[in-house]
Amino acid sequence: MGRKNRGQSPPRSAATGEALDGAINVAGSSTEPIKEPTPPMKVFYCQVCTFPLEYCEFGSSLTKCKEWLKDEDEDLYNKYYSEEALAAKIGTLSVAAQSALEQSTSKAEAKASAKATLALQKKLASHIIIKRIERTKRKHVTSISGLEAFDIDLKKAAKQLAGKFATGASVSKNAAGLEEVVVQGDVADDVRSMIEKGDGVLKGIPKENVEIVEDKKKKGE
Amino acid sequence: MFKKFAPSTDISGHTPVKSSVQRQIRATVLSQWKIEPETLEAVWPKKEGLVHVKCREHISIYTVNTEPIFFQHFDGPFYPTLRLLHKYPYILPKVQVDRGAIRFLLAGAHMMCPGFTSAGGRLPPAEEGIPTEAIVAIHAEGKEHAVGIGLTKLSTEDIKKVNKGVGVETATYLGDDLWAQKTL
Repeated sequence: MGRKNRGQSPPRSAATGEALDGAINVAGSSTEPIKEPTPPMKVFYCQVCTFPLEYCEFGSSLTKCKEWLKDEDEDLYNKYYSEEALAAKIGTLSVAAQSALEQSTSKAEAKASAKATLALQKKLASHIIIKRIERTKRKHVTSISGLEAFDIDLKKAAKQLAGKFATGASVSKNAAGLEEVVVQGDVADDVRSMIEKGDGVLKGIPKENVEIVEDKKKKGE
Repeated sequence: MFKKFAPSTDISGHTPVKSSVQRQIRATVLSQWKIEPETLEAVWPKKEGLVHVKCREHISIYTVNTEPIFFQHFDGPFYPTLRLLHKYPYILPKVQVDRGAIRFLLAGAHMMCPGFTSAGGRLPPAEEGIPTEAIVAIHAEGKEHAVGIGLTKLSTEDIKKVNKGVGVETATYLGDDLWAQKTL
C-alpha cells in the first residue's frame, strides 16, 4: 500500500521535477513485486452450536445441528453423518469408550435442552411491572421493572422513553437488586401502550405480561 | 484462560493503542507466528487502530474493528484467537490429541502427555520438535480444524520421553467464553 502512495506525489511546480519524479517512481515499482496475501480458509460454522461442523457431536444440540445441516446442505450432511463417515470417526477408540462417549453427549444434550425449556418458561411467566410512584403530592415517577427477562437493553430503553415523553429517564436498581427504568412523570398508561405496540427497543413482550401497580412510596420523615 | 469470561464484569477498559506500540506488537507477532506480513496486513491493516481491551488477571485482548484477533497474559507471548486460527491454520505449529481427549479439552482441561503419545495423538518428529513454552495449535484426531490453542509445558521430545503430567496448557478452546464473543 505504501508503494501506491509514491505514485501520487503532489504536483511539483517545475516540469523537470515532475519528469524526474515519474522516472524514479516507475523504477521503484517495477523492482518490488507486489505480494498478494494468502487468502483465509473459509470455515463453515454450524448455525445452531457455532462450532465447525465436525465438532457438532461434542456440542449439546446434536439432533438440532443435524436437522439444520440436512436442510442447509445435503452434501455436507452426508460427508459428516453418512454410515462410512460415522464408522471412520470411531477411529482409535474402543467400542466401550465410544459408547460411553455417546452416552455422555446425549446426557449433556438432554440437560441443555431441559435448561433451555426452563429458561423459556421463566421468560413467559415473568411480568413487566409498571409502577406509578408518588414523588411529592402532585408529581409522580413511573418505574418499569422486569425488562431484563426479555433481553431489552435498559439504557437504550431509558433513552427512548426519555425522548418520547420529553422527560428524564434513568436506569437504577431497586430493592431486591433488580434493575429498572425510572421515567419522570405519570406515563404508566402510555408506556403500557408502547410496550403493547412493540415500539423501538421494547420488542417481543406479549400483552399479558404487563402489569400496572400503584405504589405509595413515603420518604422518611 | 477463558473458561469463565463475562464481558459485562470482566472487562475493565478499552483503550486505543499508540501507533509506536502497534508497530512493536506487529513486529513481535510476525516473529512469533508463521504468518506473512501481507496476510497480517489483510487481517490487521496498518490504517486500522488496534484496541486494547483490559480484562481481569492481567489478560489483554487486542481487537481490530471490535473483532478480537489476539490476546496475551501479562507480557507473555501473543495467542491468536481460535477464529483467526481457523482462517489461517498454518500460523502455529500443530500437535494432535486423540479422540478421547476432545471432550475434556472442550470442558477446558489441560492436555496431558498420554493424549499426545497414544495411537490417536500426533507430535511433530524430532527434527521439527517444538520447544517448551511455545504456542501451539491443538488439533484433534480425525478433525480438520483446531480445537484449541495452548502453551507447551514440555518440549515435544520431553512429552514423548516422560509421558506423564501436563503436556500442553490450554489457553483457549472451542466453545469457551472468548469463542462465544464475536465482538468485544
